[in-house]
Amino acid sequence: METIYLDNNATTRVDPLVVDAMLPYFTEQFGNPSSLHSFGNRVGLALKKARMQVQALLGAAHDTEVIFTSCGTESDSTAILSALRAQPERREIITTVVEHPAILALCEHLEKEGYVIHRLKVDGKGRLDLDEYRGLLSERVAIVSVMWANNETGTYFPVKEMAELAHTAGVMFHTDAVQAVGKIPLELADSKIDMLSASGHKLHAPKGIGVLYLRRGSRFRPLLRGGHQERGRRAGTENSAAIVALGQAAEMALASMEHENTEVRRLRDKLEAGVLAQVSHAFVTGDPDNRLPNTANIAFEYIEGEAILLLLNKFGIAASSGSACTSGSLEPSHVMRAMGIPYTAAHGTVRFSLSRYTTEAEIDRVIEVVPQVVAQLRKLSPYWNDLGPVADPQQAFAPVYA
Amino acid sequence: MWDYSDKVKEHFFSPRNAGALEGANGVGDVGSISCGDALRLMLKVDPESEVIQDASFQTFGCGSAIASSSALTEIIKGKTLDEALKVSNQDIADYLDGLPPEKMHCSVMGREALQAAVANYRGEVWSDDHEEGALVCKCFAVDAVLIEDTIRANKLTTVEEVTNYTKAGGSCAACHEGIEEILIKVLAETGVAFDPTATPAAVEVAPAQMNTLQRIRRIEQVIQAVRPQLQRDHGDIELVDVDGKTVYVNMIGACSGCQMESLTLNGIQQKLMEELGEFIRVVPTRAGSLTRAMGN
Ligand SMILES: Cc1ncc(COP(=O)(O)O)c(C=O)c1O
Repeated sequence: METIYLDNNATTRVDPLVVDAMLPYFTEQFGNPSSLHSFGNRVGLALKKARMQVQALLGAAHDTEVIFTSCGTESDSTAILSALRAQPERREIITTVVEHPAILALCEHLEKEGYVIHRLKVDGKGRLDLDEYRGLLSERVAIVSVMWANNETGTYFPVKEMAELAHTAGVMFHTDAVQAVGKIPLELADSKIDMLSASGHKLHAPKGIGVLYLRRGSRFRPLLRGGHQERGRRAGTENSAAIVALGQAAEMALASMEHENTEVRRLRDKLEAGVLAQVSHAFVTGDPDNRLPNTANIAFEYIEGEAILLLLNKFGIAASSGSACTSGSLEPSHVMRAMGIPYTAAHGTVRFSLSRYTTEAEIDRVIEVVPQVVAQLRKLSPYWNDLGPVADPQQAFAPVYA
Repeated sequence: MWDYSDKVKEHFFSPRNAGALEGANGVGDVGSISCGDALRLMLKVDPESEVIQDASFQTFGCGSAIASSSALTEIIKGKTLDEALKVSNQDIADYLDGLPPEKMHCSVMGREALQAAVANYRGEVWSDDHEEGALVCKCFAVDAVLIEDTIRANKLTTVEEVTNYTKAGGSCAACHEGIEEILIKVLAETGVAFDPTATPAAVEVAPAQMNTLQRIRRIEQVIQAVRPQLQRDHGDIELVDVDGKTVYVNMIGACSGCQMESLTLNGIQQKLMEELGEFIRVVPTRAGSLTRAMGN
């Protein structure tokens, strides 16, 4: 059976050209870039090239603004902890309720240590209230950390505008752009963003390589201290093969930026329209007019996400869900709850995330399969009868306790 | 993705007895759409014999919720109500060749629906007496509410005690930070500060001050103290070995293998814990079985 991979926001397949680029760095190019001899020197030059390739993708002013880390999570932690250590008198952080756990769990931990965390709320489409944000900016705030694009819905936050506001207020600004990097142009040089996180495995590079962009002149305290790698900003011998791979992947992402924002977007729109035309009681979550070109998040009412994924998987279609059951927790995704998605739908959200490899035939197949899967599960649901949802689901299904 | 058994997958992909049941005379609803799973169990019971002639379900929920519902209907069909009520959630899980620990609540829900449906048939009111909280220990599926209640009821103060009472944290230890947080919260209610270095069930004797010889002597004293009682019952006990927190004993005569053995051992274990101020496990060994007991 042909498999259809539509879970590219979770991770992507490493591009074969990227694999080719990295392989020599496991074998003949094994040197330590810090070494003076030619083994090391050749690797050092390769890292320099990769740094410039990433710089180009980010639209950064200087290649030295690129720091290689082990993953997006490390970049996020480094950025926030650096801001706190560099400005010990500032004890507040502004972030949002819909960040990735890489930010949220860290902030929860810092809260226990006595820091004040302001979490900006979102509306039903996942949008922020900039007045609330303006009101919170003060000289007590060490850093603002707001994601560029949401991993579940793809919805953008106006990070450039928010960075300007932070800059005017004298507050550092970090963005978790793990989902945005490689999918949309960033042009960091023209922005007031001080720090930005990226992760290789979201753009067809391998897992375990990340980037922290650090604007020249920003105050910084390293997370890992030790050797002088990354100009002392991130100690530890460089993962040279993965860095070379990320450089290659960055160059390819830049080259297919146009494709991503035209063809991939068209396929995503076709998928949504095709599914919604056939399935009732389903809707797109997030802000459809302002989001990543590759992401479609659809809520199917009266059925549960994990069950949908298992059936899709049987048809060879890979997607993901914000339902509680897929994560082993009792709560549906914090993003869906923050947007106030009604309880009838919050457990039935499915995210389809495309890539430049996604084909028209694959999307046609998904449009054909999804309605069958939904119908099959609704037939089992106590909240659904032949015609549609039971009149008052809370009433009709009445456990003796509540 | 979950590591579901083939049986779970099979019951999910081809559920048995799904849909409304014509002529049902016992219906049990549990769960809710906001919780993420809801199950309606429908029974057709023969009023004469109380045999479940037919059963069906409607379920909103994940793969294992649907599979558990399907399994439940298969298990109870043909049973009398009293027989059916003996079906435990573990029976449902076993029927499916096991469920991942995080999914055991699906089988619990199946059992609850069964109780609710039988109560409905009999015209009784069934009430659910457990409140589900956020899952803290994923290995043993222990939630926050249970941990909090257990801490309060038993005045627990350490993570180790919580593990002993609830099993939470007894396997991978990933939730120890979470258990500490619950301890901090519950202890704060009574104005006590959590002390991560505290020894369980703190008693006057500080174990750290005891050397190995003193410790073994104290264990011997406890064992000696229970012997007269056992000898009255024509039995006896002897200390075989001490290995860290495990105390190996040999049960002799009438005590060996009798029903009272485990009760006796539990009592001795409790006494040892009180005396030494630390967690102790008492393990009986039979003649010749010592090496095996220690080898695992
Ligand atoms: C928005 C966002 N931030 C951070 C991460 C974490 O990145 P990594 O897996 O490289 O640590 C992810 C990936 O899931 C993400 O989507």
